[in-house]
Amino acid sequence: MKYRIRGRVWKFGDDIDTDVIIPYKYKARTLDPKELAQHVMEGIDPDFSKKVKPGDVIVAGKNFGCGSSREQAPIAIKAAGISAVIAESFARIFFRNSINIGLPVLEVKGVSKLVDEGDEVEIDLAEGVIVDLTKGLTLKATPLPPKIREILEVGGLVNYLKKVRASHRS
Amino acid sequence: MTRYPYLNEGLSMGVKDIVEDEELTFAEKMLSIKQVEGGEAKRAGEIVVVSVDLAAGQDGTSPLAIKVFREMGGDKVWDPSKVLLVIDHTYPSSSPQISNLHSLMRGFCREQGVRLVEGSIIHQVILEDYASPGMLIVGADSHTTTHGAVGAFATGIGSTELAAVWLEGNIWLKVPSTIRVNLSGNLPKGVYAKDIALYFVGHVGADGANYMSVEWRGETIKELSIASRATLCNMSMEAGAKNAVVEYDQVTEEYLRSVGRGPLMIVRSGFKASVEREIEVDCSKLEPMVAAPSRVDNVKPVTELEGTPIDQAFIGSCTNGRLEDLEVAAKILRGRKVKEGVRLIVTPASRRVYLEALRSGILETLIEAGATVTNPTCGACVGTHLGILGEGEVAISSSNRNFVGRMGHPSSKVYLASPATVAASAIKGVISDPRCFL
Ligand code: SF4
Repeated sequence: MKYRIRGRVWKFGDDIDTDVIIPYKYKARTLDPKELAQHVMEGIDPDFSKKVKPGDVIVAGKNFGCGSSREQAPIAIKAAGISAVIAESFARIFFRNSINIGLPVLEVKGVSKLVDEGDEVEIDLAEGVIVDLTKGLTLKATPLPPKIREILEVGGLVNYLKKVRASHRS
Repeated sequence: MTRYPYLNEGLSMGVKDIVEDEELTFAEKMLSIKQVEGGEAKRAGEIVVVSVDLAAGQDGTSPLAIKVFREMGGDKVWDPSKVLLVIDHTYPSSSPQISNLHSLMRGFCREQGVRLVEGSIIHQVILEDYASPGMLIVGADSHTTTHGAVGAFATGIGSTELAAVWLEGNIWLKVPSTIRVNLSGNLPKGVYAKDIALYFVGHVGADGANYMSVEWRGETIKELSIASRATLCNMSMEAGAKNAVVEYDQVTEEYLRSVGRGPLMIVRSGFKASVEREIEVDCSKLEPMVAAPSRVDNVKPVTELEGTPIDQAFIGSCTNGRLEDLEVAAKILRGRKVKEGVRLIVTPASRRVYLEALRSGILETLIEAGATVTNPTCGACVGTHLGILGEGEVAISSSNRNFVGRMGHPSSKVYLASPATVAASAIKGVISDPRCFL
């Protein structure tokens, strides 16, 4: 996993649900992340997938990713090129799913008020620090428990389990 | 009263101490007991690795879990008897792509010797065939919270986690803090568990119980059937809950006997346990409630929304597609007709519910009134087939979510209500108070 991320901010509001992030009709028929990415955030902005550039960052309000347990929501976000999601708070299944697929998610109190769309931000994942380069602001994320950091650091649960199982065998 | 040859008597000392500790909540007890490594009681906020009694997935989440299981190097699931796959979301398939994913599930179940159920909603299958008090259930579906209705600890997870559970038989969870909802007073005519649930979500908000365990308690609970309790636990998820629970009582015992299962272990929340929040609800003061588009917590009494025109009325889903729901709808629709130009779609939650509703004449009543009865599936609830809304169309639905585009076109709108309110609205063609039909 990359420890430093730099990108442009796309902003969303509170309670962004996973039906909006990726409607069921798309996720029902495919496991292909690229196809899912074409429809990401369609419920709010039908052109979002065309506007996103690799490395961009989503900044949102509270309870991001609420609703359905569909892991295709963080998968679509990641496959669209988004490098991290920063929010006031996350819904629990979305948060777990993101860690498990290796999409960095950071809970940062106040972020939705302080950071604007289009701002350039730099994230230091190891330190949990976000710098808004446009505004010259530094914000701190709620630290992750060690177990969860370990999973994120190896890029998600698949790699984590491979590692754990390999160490059991040896 | 018949007693099952259980349970708490046979527990080991360590477990018994935890079960009887009055300072622990239900969630603290359950997650402490289920720790893989054993050990002492854990409190809210701590992270535990727990063993899983049932790991379930449906056709929206399992195909991805199968793919990930292979990527993890998975060969055999840890215990085929504890794994359940269900094809429910789009059953029977509505496209070749979906059929392929269903085939993938069938192949996986054959290969692994795992049970596959087709054409009943996952949560109804678990409720009918598996859920027992003291069980730890994970499901790759957010409404897995439903199974607290019989005293299980049940929570939703994602596909990758489901694959990991198939591999290892365990999962890490943070012990949630607890929110207690004390229900008092008798439910007035025309007010049901769904109305309590909508009131609750409206009251605490869409993240009001995020990461938390919701304990449904109080004198009113004793009067509620397992089906109604399932509605409460199901909808707790709409406030973000990690799990929800109704303590084991006589209703639970009778239900378990009727489905031929005994309890595993009875775990009650300690009376001295510290909880994060307590909410009192006087049910005698409640009215039929409606969640207006496009937020589940945008809840108003039906009287404020009466007269809103609808195109479709839907009775079904894991929230309200059970026999008592279809029964209430039939009671209201008996001898009446669905308004011309309005579609009433009725989708029983399981094959068992379907058959019981058929045998008892409920389906006949509904069809005579003009309803279209579909096979059991998620269908319209999740906008995948059998009742997809078109541009600008409006639905009233007994399901649990009214997000933008949930039931079809992004410009369509969904109001959530009890089966009674949906039935009344189908008759009038506008959102209507069911009390005038009762
Ligand atoms: S009925 Fe609706 S809410 Fe329930 S499991 Fe199916 S899609 Fe999900």
